[in-house]
Amino acid sequence: MSFSWTDEKTEHVIGNLLRAGVLIATFVVLAGGILYLAHYGATPADHHVFRGEPNYLRTVDGVVGSALQLDSRGIMQLGLLLLVLTPIARVVFAAVSFAMERDFTYVVVSLIVLAVLMYGLMGPG
Amino acid sequence: MNAIEFALLVWIASFFAGLLGALTGLGGAAVLVPVLTLWFHVHIHYAAGASLVSVIATSSGAAAAYVKEGYTNIRIGMFLEIATTVGAVLGAFLATKTSAEGIAIILGLVLLYSGYLSGRKQPEHPVATKPDPLADALRMHGSYPTLEGPREYKVSSVPSGFGLMFGAGTLSGLLGIGSGAVKVLAMDQAMKLPFKVSTTTSNFMIGVTAAASAGVYLRRGYIDPALAMPVMLGVVAGSFLGARLLARARTQWLRRLFALVIVAMAIELIFDALAGRL
Repeated sequence: MSFSWTDEKTEHVIGNLLRAGVLIATFVVLAGGILYLAHYGATPADHHVFRGEPNYLRTVDGVVGSALQLDSRGIMQLGLLLLVLTPIARVVFAAVSFAMERDFTYVVVSLIVLAVLMYGLMGPG
Repeated sequence: MNAIEFALLVWIASFFAGLLGALTGLGGAAVLVPVLTLWFHVHIHYAAGASLVSVIATSSGAAAAYVKEGYTNIRIGMFLEIATTVGAVLGAFLATKTSAEGIAIILGLVLLYSGYLSGRKQPEHPVATKPDPLADALRMHGSYPTLEGPREYKVSSVPSGFGLMFGAGTLSGLLGIGSGAVKVLAMDQAMKLPFKVSTTTSNFMIGVTAAASAGVYLRRGYIDPALAMPVMLGVVAGSFLGARLLARARTQWLRRLFALVIVAMAIELIFDALAGRL
């Protein structure tokens, strides 16, 4: 029986964390989207040819920097980045709560998942 | 079509994809990639990038509601995420080396298989024939709420579930989908989890899996914010509504209906890819 009181409490906190992450990300994307459509709403939409996004929208530094300059694409991309960070934060939180339960098997499991996630976002190549 | 019209229509399509994805647990995003490429003429790399981001929103938005209801098994989810995230990073690198037509054909085949799986009858409460000793050691067994009170379940075949999850992760990273069908297959069929536990745990895992490949997609310039914006906003709204309807929804006929939509999309996608019309 693994459904202890601590697990249940942890799950509630994780649920709230995920919801908050999605809400904040949604708000940032919406703000960027309104700004973007106010500026470029009348321009033709063309996503048919793949060119790859410019470098400043590809890195954590670039996205944060352009969002701070109130670039509408940068703000939207920051919201999307926050969304990507939400499940990553959830894994961090799970690792901490497993540690508090002294469940070290699952601390290691969580840290392995976290390492793979960080490699995906910031790894070489 | 100007940017405002485009954003509005994409938002509407994404809303319904998010709604169906949350209700069936079987890939709203799997429908998003074909919808974006076939109806909105978006390049499949951008479609996959926007879809991946929306997959995270579907998963996190709906999982927040499911977790509170006590269906999600976090231990099983976390353990299997080792397999799905490694697969996802591999899949995302494979995507950069695969042509648009190649991705479209593989996606079409995966969708056909998803359609076939979701159209089949699923027992709501499968009986674990032989609980896996590994699941005992990893304390994976759990219970979930039913109308008659909490009901316990045992977990079978952890290694084959783990292997299937690696495949699900690779497909997720390659195609920009959540691979819900393969994840649910692994948990329903191999690990013998009850339907609502496998569906919600799958939904929960999908976000972490997608975050692994979304990182690679972002660094490769596959995430176009002007496209991902209406997709993500639509999916968030749809999945929030879907999560609230889940407890009341009759999943069987929805799965059948969704299976038909998925199969139709898959056939069109494969046909267009072979005809060079993507």
